[in-house]
Amino acid sequence: MNTQTQIVRYTERERVNHWIVAIAFVLAGLSGLAMFHPSLFWLSNLFGGGPWTRILHPFIGVVVFAAFVPEMRRFWDDNMIRDRDREWLRQWRDVVANREDKLPEVGRFNAGQKVLFWLMVICLITLFVTGLLIWRPWFAYYFPITLVRLATLLHSAAATIIIIGIIVHIYAAIWVKGSIRAMTQGTVSVKWAAKHHDGWLREKIKQQG
Amino acid sequence: MSSLQSLDIIQRSATTSPSPSIRSTVEVAKLIDISKCIGCKACQVACEEWNDTRDAIGRNVGVYDNPPNLSAASWTVMRFTEYEEENGKLEWLIRKDGCMHCAEPGCLKACPAPGAIVQYSNGIVDFIEEHCIGCGSCITGCPFNIPRISKEDNKAYKCTLCSDRVTVGLEPACVKTCPTGAITFGSKEDMIEHAAGRVVDLKERGYAAAGLYDPKGVGGTHVMYVLQHADRPEIYHGLPANPRISPMVALWKGALKPLALLAMGVAALTGFFHYVTVGPNDADAEDEDSDSPVRH
Repeated sequence: MNTQTQIVRYTERERVNHWIVAIAFVLAGLSGLAMFHPSLFWLSNLFGGGPWTRILHPFIGVVVFAAFVPEMRRFWDDNMIRDRDREWLRQWRDVVANREDKLPEVGRFNAGQKVLFWLMVICLITLFVTGLLIWRPWFAYYFPITLVRLATLLHSAAATIIIIGIIVHIYAAIWVKGSIRAMTQGTVSVKWAAKHHDGWLREKIKQQG
Repeated sequence: MSSLQSLDIIQRSATTSPSPSIRSTVEVAKLIDISKCIGCKACQVACEEWNDTRDAIGRNVGVYDNPPNLSAASWTVMRFTEYEEENGKLEWLIRKDGCMHCAEPGCLKACPAPGAIVQYSNGIVDFIEEHCIGCGSCITGCPFNIPRISKEDNKAYKCTLCSDRVTVGLEPACVKTCPTGAITFGSKEDMIEHAAGRVVDLKERGYAAAGLYDPKGVGGTHVMYVLQHADRPEIYHGLPANPRISPMVALWKGALKPLALLAMGVAALTGFFHYVTVGPNDADAEDEDSDSPVRH
């Protein structure tokens, strides 16, 4: 196998699914931030003003969650945390210093990607459930005010965590060249796979016999 | 209500810079003496009359409360409680419910829309509906369960303490109409003094626990009650004994707000400076040949 050979990393379905989640997430994030901090209220202009931001935000949130569920199922098995992932995380200094040769074998996803995956799972479920509890005028009236207050706090805390997670995710895609191509065009070079996901490449070669 | 007192705003929702506050006015208060209230609901009528709101005709739900609850058009409602003392004496406690105009308003703290809730230097907390986005955060923030969102226009409404009347030196409509003098209005200082006299009178008449309801947990209120049983405010249709902004609301609209933005900013900047120091991780650009240019 030539090192320049392209191998499929994300199928068309996976890519479309990812980008639906990504686009909806950015819109949900911007509209949510508009209502979270006064200094970002101007973001509501992107959605047609304050009332429209308030109306649209929960619907966009439902799209994020609905689109994330199939993505979550698709990537679930590949994100199981193993011993080598714990070792990978312990060696985070080698990770950020681009010393990948010192890291343990990496499967389809590295430990950083796995941590983000589980953060997404936890935070998006939290955001979805708490979002329903505080959704006016539809559902909030059915719940006691203490629960609504708790849900509001958890909603903003989970949003904060996952926005930071996604900032790191986006940066990682810019930092590790070839990642954006993998999620837009679907393929990576064998050289890329060997450097970043050696365990996954081995599996791929084994599968092809 | 639209903002009429634009020069004496001491707090404005979702605003981090100072509000126009060059003019300051005397702190006012409405004092509701529950021991004098006969439950005639003239104040409810006067409120709808002055503010020109009309609630839908409802149904009798088996109690005297009519309408049964506050609504976007009914900003004050008489809450009737039949209270039996330990000695078997029956008391009819009638509390005029409505916005308390807290010195530390939970609604204003929770509101995400700049200028949708303002607090004037006279203490009145006013909703400026034209800026309201209808999210209901004011309901989440209020310790007294007062704001109501209209089903017609999705804006939040509540008692304005007749800010339009007070601005031009008139007392609120409910005060003007009260036939027994149970509702009085004036400077907060005068109202506290007036209440003190009423409490002495009630104590002389056997209400040993009579007192003023001006809860400190919300910094005091600009609507105060004289209660016959000030040691048990809850018996007055659930008037909270120690109202305060919920710690969950305080955390959400307090520390979390700036810290979250700071953390997001730090994450983005850390990424950027990682890129300009450590640099990209580019598998395909790496050349196994030793004659490739040295990379730093």
